Amino acid sequence: MRSLTINKTPTMANYTLKVNGESKTVNADIDTPLLWVLRDELDLKGTKYGCGIAQCGACTVHLDGEAARSCSIPISSIKDKAITTIEGLSENIDHPLQKAWKAHDVPQCGYCQAGQIMSAAALLKNNANPSDEEIDTAMYGNLCRCATYLRIKQAIKTAAKNS
Amino acid sequence: MKLDKIKRRDFIKSSALAGSALLIGFNWMGCNADQAVVEVLKANPKEWFDFDAYIKIGDTGLVTIWSQNPEIGQNIKTAMPMIVAEELEVDWKDVIVEQAPLNAEWYKRQVAGGSQSIRQGWETLRKAGASVKQLLLETAAEKWEADVKDCSVAKGVILHKDGRTIGYGELAKDASKKELPTEVTLKKPTDFSIIGKSQTNVDMDGILSGKPLFGLDYKKEGMVYAVVMRPPAFGKTLDTYKDETTKKVNGVLDVIKFGDKLAVIGKNTWAAIKGKQLLEATWKAADKLEDSTYHTKALKEQLAKKAAKPKRVDGDVDKAFKEADEVIERTYEAPFLPHNCMEPMNFFAEVTKEKVLLVGPVQTPKWTESRVAELLGRELADIEVQMTRMGGGFGRRLYGDFALEAAEISSKINKPVQVVFSREDDMLAGTYRPASAYRFKVGIKDGEISAYHLTEACFNGAMFPPMESNFPCGAIPNYRVDSHTIESNITTGAWRAPYANFLAFAEQAFLDELSEHLKKDPVAFRLALLEKARTAPVGEEHNYEVDKMKGVIELAAEKSDWKNAKANKGFCAYYSHNTYVAEVAEVAMVANLPVIKKIHCVVDCGIVINPKAALNQIEGGILDGLGHAMYADFEFEKGSAKSANFNNYRLLRMSESPEIEVHFVKSNNDPTGLGEPTLPPAGGAVANAIYAATKQRLYKQPFMKEIKVLE
Repeated sequence: MRSLTINKTPTMANYTLKVNGESKTVNADIDTPLLWVLRDELDLKGTKYGCGIAQCGACTVHLDGEAARSCSIPISSIKDKAITTIEGLSENIDHPLQKAWKAHDVPQCGYCQAGQIMSAAALLKNNANPSDEEIDTAMYGNLCRCATYLRIKQAIKTAAKNS
Repeated sequence: MKLDKIKRRDFIKSSALAGSALLIGFNWMGCNADQAVVEVLKANPKEWFDFDAYIKIGDTGLVTIWSQNPEIGQNIKTAMPMIVAEELEVDWKDVIVEQAPLNAEWYKRQVAGGSQSIRQGWETLRKAGASVKQLLLETAAEKWEADVKDCSVAKGVILHKDGRTIGYGELAKDASKKELPTEVTLKKPTDFSIIGKSQTNVDMDGILSGKPLFGLDYKKEGMVYAVVMRPPAFGKTLDTYKDETTKKVNGVLDVIKFGDKLAVIGKNTWAAIKGKQLLEATWKAADKLEDSTYHTKALKEQLAKKAAKPKRVDGDVDKAFKEADEVIERTYEAPFLPHNCMEPMNFFAEVTKEKVLLVGPVQTPKWTESRVAELLGRELADIEVQMTRMGGGFGRRLYGDFALEAAEISSKINKPVQVVFSREDDMLAGTYRPASAYRFKVGIKDGEISAYHLTEACFNGAMFPPMESNFPCGAIPNYRVDSHTIESNITTGAWRAPYANFLAFAEQAFLDELSEHLKKDPVAFRLALLEKARTAPVGEEHNYEVDKMKGVIELAAEKSDWKNAKANKGFCAYYSHNTYVAEVAEVAMVANLPVIKKIHCVVDCGIVINPKAALNQIEGGILDGLGHAMYADFEFEKGSAKSANFNNYRLLRMSESPEIEVHFVKSNNDPTGLGEPTLPPAGGAVANAIYAATKQRLYKQPFMKEIKVLE
């Protein structure tokens, strides 16, 4: 994400965000991507940095329930949208996708998995029974370098069945 | 490895790093010990008792097993403790696994690499579990004034034949005071109850709920962040720089020069990233600035030569070529490749007068520790290394360059610091899979291969022994391997299945072309060569067991229905990292382009420790291999890589992943690794299948650049 040129106008501000159902106020630079606010200011490390240009999906969160790449969204544009991160997806790691991920032993290194689950959760919210092609399309933006793709797909289908 | 009783609490007291929370549990990560286990049936102990370097047992019967090796996603963090638990005879439900810190006195080879963790740990881990079990049996027998022979154990409970029972929890305190036995019996593989059954990844809950498990997630009070500007091209050095604009960025604390590099120090990651974007520097050429045209030319020039010292010679290839009915020659080329671990390089260092704390993702913690010691002029005893989970390794994290940077910066700014690589930093920083080329030249006499001459040309290295003795060595009367290395200032390193990751495709695609030329079925052709190696092996030992290679080939042919339906199928068999693999790829034509539909894979890796995890590794290796073979395009211009992020570098995505079907050769042989072996054959199977579907032979990677759309 290209940053703003430095000028004389102060660019630090307080922002109050709705994160996982709680109100959080942070002081950050106007162009700080939501990703880095979550990770460095709020210590929510579940959302990951992979590329910074919305090409890998590791930073995926929900804004009002829709999947969004937090690396490319400046904090100043969030306003009062509800932010959900992997930490807030479920109370007891019992979202149907999390259960399915366990049943299919999906992760290898695990680094991309939070972003994968958040993208998948947004998909299932909009499409309760996606076809293979619909899964491929919805998940296209999520890279997995360890290539757990086959298991991610199986887990999404299992979660769809069990939802 | 020291199998003596180790009093871990003594270690904690005696080491200068007393109170390091890592040794107690997951606390420093913000997890409770409970959360490491899926279903904890036993209560948290009031007291823990240390046994050997791997095991401590709590007074409630809960067991902690230390996982010694760094975890890169190969899931040895589950498999290695499973081996200990098996011989210890505890219920897997009662086991908590913790990452061991670096400790060269207690653990041999704390390394993630070469697909060796399970293979090299097998005996040690079994003995560690068995000796503690034996100790507990002897303690029970003593307590009961009974004969050990009348006692048996299952799931952490000792049973006397007269009905008396006692659990490990009750015995642990007394047992921990005694000496470990030196003679132990190991279980028969047929008696295994944990090994061979799929167990859930011990970090599953942490991964699924976003716990801070990875290097980049580590945070310490007072820590600052560093993003480094490195030379934009190999061969360039720093000339001048201007940091006024950078220092005006909110959160930027400083800019420091170290060596040929500039570090932007920030209060948070974004400040450091932004600061680096605004940093102005000029660079001057100090060495050759290479480009891909030069690389291709240089490799081809070397292929035409004979090495002063060949890697292997059987018979006389030149004489055989002269006498051959015909001579066939083919050349194969592959580019430099970045590793692109999903978690970019990063490392934490805190250098103070008292100690050096290093925390982060690294595949070689011991080597890194000694290099940091040398860099800073410090004693090893002053250095502590904690291994975090790694978001992928693939060989990149073997080289602790990032840890050295963190240590150097921390010592200069006198603060704890985390060095963070952006994706661009990571892709441009080097340590690539070297570009290479292979030339195969064979002589054919009376319908048989009479001579086989393999020449390798590679940057900054050559295939390591005993790869020159791989199949089809031993099957061919005149055989020679020459290797040429060319120095490049582009830094290179091991990339998952080094050399094999490209050579396997080249070799097996060539064998396919040969078999077609000789009008032989590719599978029958390979089996015939193997028979030659068995009945009349040529020369000294060759680096494969005929029966094991035959085994995977025949099973793969059977499972892929090779005999009946060969259409659009490609075959490949390869032995690497002690494991035998055969793969058959199936391709379908879609809009006149070949699409990979399915991969059949047969593996002989001996005993399979954790089947679900093994399958995951096998699938991952296959997809990694075919994804890079098909798409990975990485070129250089004036010393700079032309791709720096995923918008101009293509990695495999879900929609491009074929179905995979895996079969294991049933075996009670000692286990061998799975981290790398299924990667090399994938490119070969795919190339041969693409030929079957399109009649186009592929000689260069990435294949997508070569494949012509059929009319």
